[in-house]
Amino acid sequence: MTTTPDETTAHSRIAERAGLTPEQLEAFGGELDAIRRRILADLGEEDAAYIRGVVRAQRRFEVAGRALFYLPPAWPLAVASLSISKILDNMEIGHNVLHGQYDWMGDPGLNSRMFDWDNVCPGEQWKYSHNYIHHTFTNIVGKDRDVGYGILRMDPAQKWHPYYLGNPVYALALMLLFEWGVALHDLEVENIVAGRRSLADNKPLYPGLLRKIRRQAVKDYLLFPALTGPLAPLTLAGNATANLVRNVWAFNIIFCGHFPAGVASFSVEETEEETRGQWYLRQLLGSANISGGPLLHLMSGNLSHQIEHHLFPDLPARRYPEVAAEVREICERYGLAYNTGPLHRQLLSVAKKICRYALPGPVRRRPDPVPTAGADPVAA
Amino acid sequence: MSLLAPHLTRGRDPLGRVLRSRLLAALAAPHGVDRYLEQVNPMWAAHEVRARVLDVTRETRPDAVGPPVATLTLQPTATWRGHRAGQHVLVGVDLPGSARRLTRAFSISSAASAPGERITLTVRAHPEGQVSRHLVEDARPGDVLHLGQAQGSFCLEESPATPTNNHLVFLTGGSGITPAMSMLRTLLRDGYDGHAGRRVTFLHYARSEADQIFAAELDEIASGDNGVAVHLRHGDARFSELELRRLVPRFVEADTWLCGPAGLVELVTDAYRGSPRLRTEFFKPAVARAAGGAEERVAGTVSFTRSGVAAPATAASLLEQAEAAGLRPESGCRMGICLSCTSTKAAGTVRNILTGEESSLPDEQIRICVNRPVGDCHVDL
Repeated sequence: MTTTPDETTAHSRIAERAGLTPEQLEAFGGELDAIRRRILADLGEEDAAYIRGVVRAQRRFEVAGRALFYLPPAWPLAVASLSISKILDNMEIGHNVLHGQYDWMGDPGLNSRMFDWDNVCPGEQWKYSHNYIHHTFTNIVGKDRDVGYGILRMDPAQKWHPYYLGNPVYALALMLLFEWGVALHDLEVENIVAGRRSLADNKPLYPGLLRKIRRQAVKDYLLFPALTGPLAPLTLAGNATANLVRNVWAFNIIFCGHFPAGVASFSVEETEEETRGQWYLRQLLGSANISGGPLLHLMSGNLSHQIEHHLFPDLPARRYPEVAAEVREICERYGLAYNTGPLHRQLLSVAKKICRYALPGPVRRRPDPVPTAGADPVAA
Repeated sequence: MSLLAPHLTRGRDPLGRVLRSRLLAALAAPHGVDRYLEQVNPMWAAHEVRARVLDVTRETRPDAVGPPVATLTLQPTATWRGHRAGQHVLVGVDLPGSARRLTRAFSISSAASAPGERITLTVRAHPEGQVSRHLVEDARPGDVLHLGQAQGSFCLEESPATPTNNHLVFLTGGSGITPAMSMLRTLLRDGYDGHAGRRVTFLHYARSEADQIFAAELDEIASGDNGVAVHLRHGDARFSELELRRLVPRFVEADTWLCGPAGLVELVTDAYRGSPRLRTEFFKPAVARAAGGAEERVAGTVSFTRSGVAAPATAASLLEQAEAAGLRPESGCRMGICLSCTSTKAAGTVRNILTGEESSLPDEQIRICVNRPVGDCHVDL
């Protein structure tokens, strides 16, 4: 896409906030496009072998977890194994396959249109709210429903209400019940309360949602426990614990993606008629990474590279660490912030935000200046 | 392997019954039983069909004019439901080097099979065809292919067990011989009796003697006492109505199976003057167009955004409309199975030609071969 003169005013608002001229913005977008094209052309056997290897590992952890429930002393091991299985399934496999990152392989088992994951949210419904709404309108307050998930106040641009005094409690509940929160997210309850959506709009979603919930519940809370006979209560508790572990882990990783201090949010007006370069810029400024080792990257489904994921949502996630160095270098050259930090620091920052915005204010008359490199302590 | 031995019919297959049970499906949800079995052995399956290559034999001679042809003998998984003579099957190949699975349709050349039975595919290595070239030139015994179930209605409907006196005519050209060969082999295997007064005429056109597929077997059939008349034409010989009339005087009333290149199909179709006795198989399946109801009117404009081309929308698939607009998008099976034509629809509503399902999601991945526009539509091509 190119910028035509009469569009320039609207286009450069975010760029101005970030201190980029329209020319710089276009060059910035071009550099990211080049990375994308290069990786796309290079996709091949290594990527296929990697994802198949992760799937193999996930299946083994799952079978091992289910089997170990027959040995009562191995209960913690069974729970750990099943938790790892569910985390791998939802994050490195499910999230990324549902993004269509492996559609190019032509393997129906790894195709975004056929895959479903091991949690109560139907992949089909999640793809709409996530791939479309969240990834297109990232951090646009009022459009991206992942800003607070319709439950929390995570941004000063969200108008305060006494309801938000419960922010920390809601966040805790959402963490424990995360898969249910994700499943119900598509029903847009907050929009129904606000009168922007009618109950009838949700009708087509119910059958798929109920089918998926029933399947997951029958498997984890009825059949597998029943198959262990007298150990059924232990197995049921184990399965529930594994789901809980996955919920807590996924919530924490995902909240570190867009809510740490220094992550920018945007208004509907300033993001109208965006160019490719501006979209890239918004994705960069609206996301934050978690620094860590290969194990963290694997278990987070490479959402530890949330920035790279938002710039290139359909590239296989295993490529994010590889392009991260380049993205960082580009950011440095353009004087843009690259928000990253270790898990504990990002989590602390998110927790502070959850508590801060439970209370009214701060009143924001005009958009904050976008953080630039060196201007923010979190930006490394 | 032995636990899942083929040759068991579905009804008597206790392991298959367990693998396809509701209990196992519930335990393996949401991925499905096959996603676990494949981790142990690619030839274990509850629903999907895969096949191991047992043998690859070259059919054409090295001095052939056209591209080489080979016959692959396949051992399918116990999930193979068998095929009727004349049917084809979708074959998915994981192409080495690219990690991409491509799926194409191939006619089955062996006689009608029972569930789990071996089959043969006879494939011409088209210069442009990655899958056919791989199967003919690179496939080795032990390789595993991804199969669908047999499909297609270009079949021998008559049961050899209840023979009639109908004269059967097979008209084929080039690799179009494969489905006809399956029918002929079925007739001969299942006790076809030429002495009952029934005749079979097998007329085939090949580019040269060296290009003749199944040459030795056809030679044997021709010399056998079976009522089958085999006529092979090589070189510049073209189909002529006169010649067919000489071989089969009342051919318009004879049950006829026609399969071959477009030129042959056109000449024969003209000669039969709309006779319902003529059954034709095209090399390129016409599924998408036939099921779509081409007469339905469509309003709006299709814009191919990347190339900046726009055209009035029609009831044809987006792939066909893109090609009509002069674009050459990547495509494969053109039946909605292989996913190679998946493109991004930026905006607009499309209807799936196969299911009738409509979808209006922006930035949606669609298989353009089986989707057609409903009103305005923007495709990233």
